[in-house]
Amino acid sequence: MTWSDMAPLLWEATGQTAQMVLWSTLFTVLFGLPLGVALVGADRDGLFPAPIARRILGLVVNVGRSLPFIVLMIAVIPVTRLITGTTIGTGAAAVPLTIGAVPFFARLVETALREVGRDVVQAAQAMGASRVTIVAKVLLPEALPGLIAALTVTVVTLISYSAMAGVIGGGGLGDLAVRYGYQRFETALMIVTVVVLVVLVQAVQSIGDAVSRRLTRR
Amino acid sequence: MIKVSGLRKAYGSVVALDGVDLHVRKGEIFGVLGQSGAGKSTLLRCVNLLERPTGGTVTVGGRDLTALGEGELRRARQGIGMIHQHFALLSSRTVAGNVAFPLEIMGMPRDRRAKRVEELLELVGLAGKAGAHPAQLSGGQKQRVGIARALAGEPSVLLSDEATSALDPGTTQSILALLKRLNRELGLTILLITHEMDVIKAICDSAAIMSEGRIQEAGPIPELLATPGSRLTDELFPLPPAEPGSVTITFTGSYSGRADEPVVSQVVRKFDVDVNILGGALEDVAGVSAGRLRVRLTGEESDAALGYLRDRGLLVEVASR
Repeated sequence: MTWSDMAPLLWEATGQTAQMVLWSTLFTVLFGLPLGVALVGADRDGLFPAPIARRILGLVVNVGRSLPFIVLMIAVIPVTRLITGTTIGTGAAAVPLTIGAVPFFARLVETALREVGRDVVQAAQAMGASRVTIVAKVLLPEALPGLIAALTVTVVTLISYSAMAGVIGGGGLGDLAVRYGYQRFETALMIVTVVVLVVLVQAVQSIGDAVSRRLTRR
Repeated sequence: MIKVSGLRKAYGSVVALDGVDLHVRKGEIFGVLGQSGAGKSTLLRCVNLLERPTGGTVTVGGRDLTALGEGELRRARQGIGMIHQHFALLSSRTVAGNVAFPLEIMGMPRDRRAKRVEELLELVGLAGKAGAHPAQLSGGQKQRVGIARALAGEPSVLLSDEATSALDPGTTQSILALLKRLNRELGLTILLITHEMDVIKAICDSAAIMSEGRIQEAGPIPELLATPGSRLTDELFPLPPAEPGSVTITFTGSYSGRADEPVVSQVVRKFDVDVNILGGALEDVAGVSAGRLRVRLTGEESDAALGYLRDRGLLVEVASR
């Protein structure tokens, strides 16, 4: 297989991976960030204490975290069909990817938010800030470097998960590696795919680190 | 200005505040002195209801805060400034951004906010630091930002939670001087808690001593100094344990017996007694000079000499034989 044979395949697969990762990242942040805030806020001594709800949320998150992604992906097929109307393709793959990444991201958000000092939150309370203000103007901005780092790790994880999405017809670089590298013994393509994945992950991590560092004011 | 009555706070079976009464008058600096674990921090945090008391009432500026709903309480808190031991600044914001934060909470429009922030930074002596981030400031500068932020809403009351405990002695003095100046210039009532006697000595008009969740004694400092057996006096002027028969003389500037009056030599000249000095200490407290002397009087006219000292307005305590 020559480079000119490989290039269009690689190009298409990279595009599919990018699509899966972008969409699932978007939805992961959309659901995971509030979930992370809830995990912190619902604490007994949190902003909006709700110990029972907190315990249930924690349990749900742990269940989500304990399933291997490949199992979760197949288990949620009915949900995927319900949401996207199909179970095949990159759009359909974004559903299990999101479901898999939300609990993971929420835990990282929780950790980042807990790094914000209690005294800063109390100072805001002493100024008469509402809970919404405290979340929007104290917790999230103060934790921003940590949140960016959490996002970076999540995107890298999503790239790795997305490789498995090939199994349910999601396409992407993982699928390419399995079909050509494994099933057709195209070692050259296998190596190029690995290189592309490494470069992709490296790029995401570097950008994330740089942004996080720029935002750190400690 | 601040009235706390019958305040109780329990965490489960642990009682942090056990019936605290406190009265801070308008325009004074009131210091609560106590060891860590005495309950003074809980007390302060009950005053703006960061901690909800188990029982009792807190009145600030005539309003019973314990009776307010959440929204009303938030507005009431905007009129009560607070400064913190570790400054509690937002590290993601600049100095100006930190001072602007309470103004944002109050809903002040952006252009007025900028002007007010400028005034406040001027007031605390940080005019050139508006664009700096807290991490670039020294401890003293950070606390100045904290003070500017606490004053943003023109509060009538400032609560200070060990505001100088994380600072070195020189910086502590400059922050205390700033608080004293704000107290005088703005008529700001300050309630502070501290474990440092020096803070009480430097700026407080009134003081309370707290231990095990109770106020042991409280009142204007000159009055406390004139009270027999006062713990504040004992802590201010540490003397060795009184031997039986020894006499402890306490004098403050507010009494006719001024600290710089040579009472001891007068006594020796007027009466047939010998005075043996066992110990003594002299301090400037609440702007007046005060001191304590431990002596032993021997001679025929000892009792008459003691009477003379009492007539001069000095507090004379004789350790029982």
